[in-house]
Formats: sequence, C-alpha cells, structure tokens
Amino acid sequence: MTERTSSLQDIFSGRGGNGASFLKENSLPTRKNEAWHYTSLRGLAKTIWQAAPALDQGRIDVWLARLALPPAQGVVVFANGRFVPSCSSLPEGVILQADLTPEDGVNTTSFSGMLNEALEQKGLELHVPDGQDAGLLVMLVLNEGEGVSTHLRHKISLGVKASLTILEVSVGRGRYLNNPVFEIECADRAHLTHVKQQNESLEAYHLAFVSAMIGKKAVYESFTLQQGGKIARHEVRTDLQNEQAIAHVNAIQVVSGQSHHDLTSFIHHIAPHCQSRQTVRTVMDQEGTGVFQGKILVDQKAQKTDGYQMNQALLLSDSAQMNSKPELEIYADDVRCSHGATVGALDEEQLFYLRSRGIAEAQARAMLIRAFLNESLELLGDQTIVRDYLLGSMNLHD
Amino acid sequence: MTSFLDIRDLEAQIEADEGTKPILKGLSLSVPKGEVHAIMGPNGSGKSTLSYVLAGREDYEVTGGSVVFKGEDLLALAPEERAALGVFLAFQAPVELPGVNNANFLRTAVNAIRKAREETELDAVAFLKLVREEMRHLSMSPEMLKRAVNVGFSGGEKKRNEVLQMRLLKPSLAILDETDSGLDIDALRIVAEGVNSLRGPEFSALVITHHQRLLDYIVPDKVHVMAMGRIIHSGGPEIALQLEKEGYKAFLEAAA
Amino acid sequence: MAATTETRKTVETLAHSTYEWGFETDIEMDIAPKGLDEGIVRLISSKKNEPQWMLDWRLKAFALWKTMEEPHWAKLRYPVIDYQDAHYFAQPRKKPGPKSLEEVDPELLRTYEKLGIPLHEQALLAGVEGAEQPRVPVAVDAVFDSVSVATTFRKTLQEAGVIFCPISEAIIEHPDLVQKYLGRVVPVGDNFFSALNSAVFTDGSFVYIPKGVRCPMELSTYFRINARNTGQFERTLIIAEEGAYVSYLEGCTAPQRDENQLHAAVVELVAMDDAAIKYSTVQNWYPGDENGKGGIYNFVTKRGLCQGERSRISWTQVETGSAITWKYPSCILAGRGSVGEFYSVAVTNKHQQADTGTKMIHLAPDTKSTIIAKTISAGKSDSTYRGLVRMQPKASNGRNFTQCDSLLIGDQCGAHTVPYIESRNMSARVEHEATTSKISEDQLFYCRSRGLSDEEAVGLIVNGFCREVLKELPMEFAVEAQKLLQISLEGSVG
Repeated sequence: MTERTSSLQDIFSGRGGNGASFLKENSLPTRKNEAWHYTSLRGLAKTIWQAAPALDQGRIDVWLARLALPPAQGVVVFANGRFVPSCSSLPEGVILQADLTPEDGVNTTSFSGMLNEALEQKGLELHVPDGQDAGLLVMLVLNEGEGVSTHLRHKISLGVKASLTILEVSVGRGRYLNNPVFEIECADRAHLTHVKQQNESLEAYHLAFVSAMIGKKAVYESFTLQQGGKIARHEVRTDLQNEQAIAHVNAIQVVSGQSHHDLTSFIHHIAPHCQSRQTVRTVMDQEGTGVFQGKILVDQKAQKTDGYQMNQALLLSDSAQMNSKPELEIYADDVRCSHGATVGALDEEQLFYLRSRGIAEAQARAMLIRAFLNESLELLGDQTIVRDYLLGSMNLHD
Repeated sequence: MTSFLDIRDLEAQIEADEGTKPILKGLSLSVPKGEVHAIMGPNGSGKSTLSYVLAGREDYEVTGGSVVFKGEDLLALAPEERAALGVFLAFQAPVELPGVNNANFLRTAVNAIRKAREETELDAVAFLKLVREEMRHLSMSPEMLKRAVNVGFSGGEKKRNEVLQMRLLKPSLAILDETDSGLDIDALRIVAEGVNSLRGPEFSALVITHHQRLLDYIVPDKVHVMAMGRIIHSGGPEIALQLEKEGYKAFLEAAA
Repeated sequence: MAATTETRKTVETLAHSTYEWGFETDIEMDIAPKGLDEGIVRLISSKKNEPQWMLDWRLKAFALWKTMEEPHWAKLRYPVIDYQDAHYFAQPRKKPGPKSLEEVDPELLRTYEKLGIPLHEQALLAGVEGAEQPRVPVAVDAVFDSVSVATTFRKTLQEAGVIFCPISEAIIEHPDLVQKYLGRVVPVGDNFFSALNSAVFTDGSFVYIPKGVRCPMELSTYFRINARNTGQFERTLIIAEEGAYVSYLEGCTAPQRDENQLHAAVVELVAMDDAAIKYSTVQNWYPGDENGKGGIYNFVTKRGLCQGERSRISWTQVETGSAITWKYPSCILAGRGSVGEFYSVAVTNKHQQADTGTKMIHLAPDTKSTIIAKTISAGKSDSTYRGLVRMQPKASNGRNFTQCDSLLIGDQCGAHTVPYIESRNMSARVEHEATTSKISEDQLFYCRSRGLSDEEAVGLIVNGFCREVLKELPMEFAVEAQKLLQISLEGSVG
C-alpha cells in the first residue's frame, strides 16, 4: 500500500481502476445523489486522510483485555488495517483463500464499495469447505489515530452445506475512517450468520459495504448493531439468485450525542421462491440522527417471492431525527411483499400501565426502550453466545 | 375524619377529535376502609374514565372536584406514587408490552412498591418463590412468566395476570374495571377468589361492572349506580338484583 | 395457469381497452405558431387582454424556466420532450353568443354529449342565453384546449357570494385576489413544470368562497385537449375563507392521437381557519395505444396550503389515463390542528407509466394527515407511489397514517412504493404500511362459484380493493370513476 498524504479526492483521481473514475465524475456523493440523500459525507472531504501506521502490540492487548469477547472457535484481529497473526487463530478446517465467483461489478452503485476498491487492503479471505460447520469466528477490527483510514476487503465463501458465524467487532480511538467491504458467497444450502457490532470512536467515520451472493436454499443472516461513530453507514446488498435462498438483514441502531447512523440495504430477488426478512430498529436520543433506507427489488422471474421489511424508530429527544425510506420495486405478480415503518415516541399507554404498577417514570421508560431493543435481539434465534455478548455490550441484561 | 377514599364533585374531560368532551360531571363517592363497593352503569356513563382518573392517566383532564385518599390529595400524585400509596387498577384492557418479560416486569413492580413502602426488595429467588405460589392459586401456568407482558395472552389469561399483579402488589384500594368481561364461569370464580382473599379491614375495592354475575362472587357492601358522569343512586347489594331485573330505566328517570 | 391468464385478459379489457373519449372535435380554432419564446408569452398575455402585472409575472416565470432543467428523478421513461414542437395557444374561434342550442356549433355540442355532460348543461356550457336554472346541483366550467368556453350557474353562485369563473376573467375582474394568491402555494420556480405553466398558462378555474359560506353546489371543471400538438397548461386557484366549504371536481379527456401531447397544470388551494376544500379528480387523458404510441404526458403540480387553524384539504384522485403521469397533490399543514388527506387510485395498463403520490408537510402542532394510495398495474405498465411525510420540529403531536397497496396483474408490469418519512419531532407519530399482492385465485374462484363472470369477479375485487378511496368521491364522480374501472356495483350491503 502506498503512503497517502493528499486528500481523498486527490488519491482517487491519481489512481487507476473503477474507483478513480467514479470519484472524478461525481466527487463525494451529495444530497442530490438519491443513495446519500440523508447522509452527508462533506466532513470526509475536510480531512487529509493518511494511511494508518501499525498499532503497538500493547494497544492491541489493552483492547483485548477491555472487550469481553465471547469464547469462539477462532479469532482474527486486524489493527490499523493490518492482520495481527499473534492474536489470531482460525477455526479448524477453514481454508485461507476465498472461493469467489469472479464478480461482475456488483459494487458500482455504492460509494463505500468504490472507495474501498480504490484503496483496497487485503482483509480476511477464507473458505469453509463443503459440509463443514466452522462454528463461531470472532473478528476484531481496531483502528486508532487521527486522520487515518483503513480499507479492508474481506472475502468469505461457504461451500455447499457449510456453515459459519462471524461476530465482527469494530472499535477504536480517535478520528479515523474505517471503510471495510465484505464479499460474501454462500453456496447451496450454506448458512452464514454475520453479526456485527459497530462501536467505533464517537469521532470516527464508518462506511461499510457488504455484498452477499446467496445460493440455492442457502441462508445469509445478518444482524448489525450500530452504537458508535460520528457518521456510520452499514450498507448491505444481497442477491437472491437461486431458488429458496433466504436473506435476513436485521439491525439495531442506538444513536446518541451528535452521531448519525445509517442502515442502507438493497435486497434483490432474482430467483423464484426466495425469502427476505428485514427488521431495523433505531433509538435516537439527544441530537442523534437515524437513517433507514431499505429497498426490495423483485425481478420479473422472481415469482413467489416473500419479502418483508419493518422499520421502527423511537425518538427520545426533541433534537433527534429519523429519516426513513422503505422502498419496494416489484415486477412479478405472484408475490407477497410488504413493509411497514413507524416513527414516534414511547407509547403513552404502555408507560401508564407500568407506572400504575408503581414503577417510576424514568425506570418505566428504560424498561420500554430495553424491550424495544431486546425484541430485535430475539431475531438472533439460537445464537445465544453472540446474543449474550450484544446484550452485555448494550447493558441490556435484565 | 374524612373517609378512606373520598371523591367530591369530580369533573373530568378528554380531548377527542370533535373537541373537548366532558365525561365526569360532578361525581361524588366515598369508600370507607375495609369495604367493597360496586359501581354499575350503562355504557358511556363514565365508569372507565373514573378508574383511569383515579389511577392517574394523563389524557384525562380533571377540571373540578377533589379526590382524597388516605388523607392525601390523590390527584396531585404521579401514577407510580398512587400505586405506592396503595391504589391498584385492574385494567379492562390490559396493555401489551412487547419485549418486556413478564417475570421481570412483575419483580420490578413489586420491588418498586416495596422500596416506596420502605420494605426490603426481593431477590430473584425469593421473588420467584412468591410469584409461583401466587400463580398456583390462580391456576396460571408458570410458563406465562417467560412471555412478554400480556402479548399473545388470551382474554382470560390477561385478566388473571391482572389479579396476579394485584395479589403481588397488595394494594389497599383495588379498582377492578370490568374485570369480569370476557371471562368464562371458571375464570370468573378464580378471579373473584383472588379478590375475596384480599378482603379484610385494610383492603377496599371499587368493582366496576356491567353484570350482576360478578357480584354473586364478590358480594359488595354497597352498590352505586352511575349515569351521565355522576352517581345517581346508592344502596345495598339488593340494588344490583333490582338492576338485573328492571334495567337502568327507573333509576335514570328518577335522576332526570 | 389458465386462471391467471384469464385474469390478466379480463383486466386488460377492464382498464379501458377502448378509449371511449378518444374522438376529435372539428372546430374552427385560432392557433399560435409552434414554439416557445418570449414572443409567445407576450402573445398569450395580449390575447387574454391581461394587465401589465400579469405579463411581467409570466415573463419572470419564463426567464426562470429557461434556467431550469426537466426533473428526472421519477420512475418514468419517455423520449426527450421538444418544448419547441408544440403550440402554446389554441382557442375556439369566437362567434356572437348563440340564441339556442340549434345555433351552437354542433361539433362543440357533440363533444359535450360524448363527454357525458347532460344536454341541459350542454346548453349552459355553449352559452345559450336564459338557460340557467337553479335545480341542477353541479356548476360546470369547461376548458377546451386551455380556454374556458363556458361556466354555468354563475348567477346562483354569485348570490351566495361565490366566485367561480375562468382564471383569465378573474385576472381582469378580481385582480387583487389573484395577485394576492397566485403563486403563493406553488411558487413560480417550484419546479420545471410549474415555471413553464406560470409562463404560458392559458386558462383554468378560479374559485373564491367568502367567509362562512358553504358553496351551495359542487363545482366542476372539464378539461379537454382537442387541438393537435397543443400543450395544455391550466391554472386553478381555489381560496376558501374562514369557515368556508367547497367541493371541487375535475375531469379530463383527450382525443386519440399517435403523437404525445403535453399537459402541465398547476393547482393551488388555500384554506383559512376552519375552512375545508375537497378536490376530486377523475383523470382520463388518452393513455396511448396497445404499443405505447401516443397519449398525454401529464406533469401536474397540485398543492394545498392549510393556512388556517383546523383547516382541511382533501385530495381524491382516480388516475386511469395518460401515457405518463407525474403528479403529487400535496398539503402544507401550517395551521394548528389542520388536516390533510390524500386518497388515490392509480390504474395503469398497456405501456402507461405513473409516478404519483403526495407530500404531507406538517409545520404546526396537532396536525393530522392520512394517505390511502391504491395502485393497480396491468399490461406492460409501471406504477409508482412516491410520497413524503415530514414532521417539522414544531409539529408536536402530529399524526400521519399511510397505507399503500399495490395490485399486480400479469408479470409484464411493475408496481413500486417509495415513501420518504422524515420526523424531527418526538411527539409526532408516523405510521406507514405497504403491501403488494395479486388477485388471489381463491378470491376469483369464490366469486365465480357464486355465479359471477370472470370480468365481474375481477371488477368486484378491484372495486373492493379501491373502496376506501372511491367512497371519498362525490356521488357525481363515483359513478364516473366506477364506469372508468368498468366494474359492477357491489351489493347493497357495504
């Protein structure tokens, strides 16, 4: 990777590849760019981003000690964009080389994806062979520094009937930009659970992009918890290109201070008989801003599609705001697609019920907020280790 | 000395789509300590409003009158302070709390009230022992502790869950708002026993109902007939029987 | 799946397989040359004998329009519009007022007859003297190629203090009112099409309901595009003063032609304290043929300002026509406790494309809005609901409920839902629901096993699907709307 001393735009226009042409033409996305209507990246242009220097082992150890990461079949640690072999161990049987179909420009619509492509750093590349259950892999991504950026590109492939759970934890210190991309491919009947905790420094930018190709009867189940960051966007694109493929794109966003959280998803139903489920809940306090943009696209051939999307937002302060855009684009007639969205304060009737039982107002509010988030975590099903970890990190244990 | 619960000339209204709607229009009622009173009245007479106003629901605006309970101005208190003081409302339509675990809810409530009454809080073990015992009395499955409060409960289960809360919170004034509606005869008996077992010199209740049926099981000391936002007649338990036979017509005409 | 195919066929015939209103009227016309420049704007203004302020306003709009770009964010595909390839002014040649129906240009009469306007009203519309009688409950303003040809019941309305006249007349007769409100709700530069309309609008309706007056009858305007290659640009302005009420109906038809015709109207509504305006539209412009040839390009800006406290503006639309529909009747809820409503049925078939919806902008406390949008797509058409609900920081206790339902018939069409929800007030509550489905075989079978034909069954189900919207239409229009949907009436129950 080359040293970077100039601004992001300069680097883009100075480098070859797709990314360069993209930024030259459009510069940073603005409000007029529909995909970035509600999330401004203007702040990004003000900084001259540097390549992140290597992080001391001591700092890595501090983080590892501070985080109560759950026991797992494997751990991988990336610090300031570099793989840390001394702290990493892989689940048994996985192969350190992803087996991906050559991609045909899937990411061209995503600024985050393009940015990563231009400044790509090698991330985790692994393959779970056919029939193998690799268990839980914890992936810790640390970033520290002022005005530094990392652009890890992870490639994960699961063989036929293979399964894996990834718990991705992003934390850090300072004003940095974390711009990870996941390229994911699930072969037939494979099952990938991708749980992510975004708990970046409150000054940091987090621009993530996930592209998942899902095979026949395969499942991509993602659950994202956004807690930190100044501007954080988690963007998911899933392609249901084989029959009976399933995608779950669930998320919780807990926004406070002056943070801005954005969950953007694009679920493309290409083959018939596929299913997608999406539940995104956002809680905003203080001057927090929440964004949800979810699109379900159903192709003409994708008959018998079952698509569902639910977006609920709780506003806890008069300075908080929520922008939501759940979108359906449907070209097949024999489908069942629906979405719902609600934005509002806590339910007064529920509050009264709790208070009439002697529970003080502040505690009653806390109970209802917890319940709102807890319900979402139920979507993690039998992933109890991971769920307990998230519950703990949100202080949600009863 | 004032009565245990003393309601004087109570007036209350609600904001509706069509504008402000007065519902309680000068209601007066006294319940002495240790007595169970029934309130009967036709639909729309303001019975549920009375129960909400007593429990402190904010969408009802009290525009006149007073409510004194145990010597305190009840209307000045927050809902949770009223609960701590001993007021318990068994809701006609218990509210669903998705994501709120029933056991956690019950324990939080019990401990909030114990704390307010300067009693020691119960730890999880002690609480579970207590709640399981109470549930057995009410023929409730322990499995209901694991579910979210009232979510997916049948009508009968919801009402039993209300009575369970009442028994756990040990109120000195219980307001039962149509607790009998939607109950079959077995459930009705269980609910009534739950109330009767609390009866004593330290327990009063206001039983709001449409039907004489519940009063076969919870025999009141007094019956009040409510209409047009007021109590229009008061008397002994025999009034309920008279109502059952003759309807409200005679009382309404006498009041008019 | 045989049944599916049948369903499809039925609906293809159902959604106006033959365009009944596609006739052309041969009438002597004055037509301006093709093209658009300042000279044309001046010509329109002088043809209308407009005062200087109106001309200045138009010229300003035209200058602004030249700096603007046609918007392309909607989900619509159409060839580049050559704005120089249309006539911006056409009007039926004026003759002295006819004395009886026999003297009226028979072509004009035939037009009204085909439009389904009752004969008596035809006489009124054609300007037959002394034909006015106060018994028919609907006052009609007919706009023929951008020019209002007749307005009925003016005397009755005048007695109630209601002004209902062509806007060209209002500019001259009521300049204070027009100057005060024109462009107030839809500013000249609001969008490309509103700027164009502001520069070249030729006519439309003006309605003023004074304080406390409940308009004694429904007001109705029929818009008809007739001349070839003519753009139609009407301008409608409705003002309801404190406590006033009016129900306004709008109907639109055009002849069948191979080339596309441009229609860019602007409608502005203003409601003061406790006033209510109900605006209903049955839009049936020519949709083009089976191959997507011809049809109207319909770019409309409709917006209501609930300025007064507790004011109410209600939009109801049944959109079945046009090749391209770009239309978002909106409400700005600026008065405390004001209410905005949007009820819409949009049917697309063949190669039609519709991108329609609403904006509900909540500015004040206790404001409420309801959106019910029903979309039915058939053939090779595309239909999009696009809506914005915004709760501004001052919209405490604001409420919105939105329900969008799409019905797809056949796998060659598309139905899309694009809601934008923005909330900046904690106590405001927004609820949005959307579903997409098809007519189930079970429903069809159930109806048919009760003796209904396929067509009747589909009609019945589609009618049920749209019922929440159709019931909002005034009687006069409900009938027309149902005829348009070609559906049989439901039973007496419900």
